[in-house]
Amino acid sequence: MDRIDVTNPIVNFLFSLLEDVGKPKAEVAAKRVMERLSGVNIVPHFCRIEDKDLDFYNDFNIIVLGLDSVEARSYINAVACSFLEYDANDNPKEETIKPMVDGGTEGFKGHARVIIPGVTPCFECTIWLFPPQVKFPLCTLAETPRTAAHCIEYAHLIKWDEVHSGKTFDPDNPEHMQWVYTEAVKRAELFGIPGVTYSLTQGVVKNIIPAIASTNAIISAACALETLKIVSGCSKTLSNYMTYNGVEGVHIKVTEFVRDKDCLVCGPGVLIELDTSCTLQKFIDMVKEHPKLQLSKASVTYQGKNLYMQAPPVLEEMTRANLTESLFDLMRRVPSGTVHVTGTTSENGKKTSGVRKLRVAFKGVDGIADMDTAGGA
Amino acid sequence: MINLFKVKAKQRETAENVNGKAPVKKQTAGELRLHKDISELNLPKSCTISFPNGKDDLMNFEVTIRPDEGYYIGGTFLFSFQVPSVYPHEPPKVKCKTKVYHPNIDLEGNVCLNILREDWKPVLNINTVIYGLFHLFTQPNYEDPLNHDAAAVLRDNPKMFESNVRRAMAGGYVGQTFFPRCIS
Ligand SMILES: [Zn+2]
Repeated sequence: MDRIDVTNPIVNFLFSLLEDVGKPKAEVAAKRVMERLSGVNIVPHFCRIEDKDLDFYNDFNIIVLGLDSVEARSYINAVACSFLEYDANDNPKEETIKPMVDGGTEGFKGHARVIIPGVTPCFECTIWLFPPQVKFPLCTLAETPRTAAHCIEYAHLIKWDEVHSGKTFDPDNPEHMQWVYTEAVKRAELFGIPGVTYSLTQGVVKNIIPAIASTNAIISAACALETLKIVSGCSKTLSNYMTYNGVEGVHIKVTEFVRDKDCLVCGPGVLIELDTSCTLQKFIDMVKEHPKLQLSKASVTYQGKNLYMQAPPVLEEMTRANLTESLFDLMRRVPSGTVHVTGTTSENGKKTSGVRKLRVAFKGVDGIADMDTAGGA
Repeated sequence: MINLFKVKAKQRETAENVNGKAPVKKQTAGELRLHKDISELNLPKSCTISFPNGKDDLMNFEVTIRPDEGYYIGGTFLFSFQVPSVYPHEPPKVKCKTKVYHPNIDLEGNVCLNILREDWKPVLNINTVIYGLFHLFTQPNYEDPLNHDAAAVLRDNPKMFESNVRRAMAGGYVGQTFFPRCIS
């Protein structure tokens, strides 16, 4: 839900410096494209992606992502995968697949990828492709700053709390950003460190690397083309991850990543059929004996509700009463649903722990047999 | 090749079937990983965990540490944990809610612990972080100072550091700063 700031028109030709600063990007972009191309209909939505419910996303055939964070990608990925259903043989049902096209740039580098949930790796299968953000030690910020970024992070992470007790810093509030910038300048002067600017402050605080219009153009063109190919079927799509690197010369590489077959978000999980009378305790015993699972000391969660926790004692106590309840009742009497189970397995005497996804179906309950959605939780 | 027209027809039908039911809460991969961490917690006796929002909100919790040795023996220190939705890609955010005279914890409750920032790795877990916090009380160190004055006193005059800690924990002033009592 970004608004246009003064630096945007330079890298995005849809925006005008004179008219558009301060307006929602989505609305202006939609208007400009429709002005240029007749017959195109774009409906802008100026809101957070989490504000729309699942039905909203379900109405689209393809989701094309122009997002700037791991959080946002992870969220939309979970939404798209939640529509995915598997048949009894663990094959994805074609009609429930919602393809995604994702692109992103950082300076001279960029990527474009096609995600076909259930077929190609989802965002979560390959989350390790996104390195965690660099975090400076707090004591370096407090004691021995050496760079402009250290001074900015000091103002952002330490000085802000010291001065504004209890008020949370909002990176989208220009006044907050200005305050951090001013404090960072003071800090830099104190230590004789050059290079603190307002745009560097924005970059460090929001973890943004300056955009390069040409990189954006290359990546967005790749995304548009892949989307067109999926919609029209006119040609084979990218399989499945393209990286563009213009730092030294130009390198373009396409890698065919593979799915994590146990992925908690896009994987099929293990199908288990239960009687409606099966208690949670009996279910936990079954999970231990099940040849595909063999999970002992299982903790069970369903759609964000913790049905049973083995530890810590405070949670075990709170969830113990559920053990004698039937799982069917605990799952609010749905014909089938996705449950996640945590526990330990031992292989060759070595104990490992893990989370597993289970598609639970209740025998003899009428209703839609194919409601077991992949990311349903 | 995916048949998008088939997709459309089928999904309309599903949407209708779902109508009238309570909206399904999205559970992120981060929440599931945290579920695993929490269900496997194995804390030392001196550490306890609590969930102020009840058993279904694991993303926000509190940890109480009662050091059983060292400078801080007898004190009770409360930490709040906020776990991000992309955990363990990102570390939990931890703050010390008890005002403490400590070289590695500032008066706002910021904590200098390497695994909470520069050395965080997705293979680490909540148990590791709690042990790390516990060790800050048995082994405070003056080399990573967040409270500059406390660090200097620990380095130059450990006896005075010890008496400053006792005074702060009993409820009193160290220099210009007042510390509420945290000894039970
Ligand atoms: Zn996946």
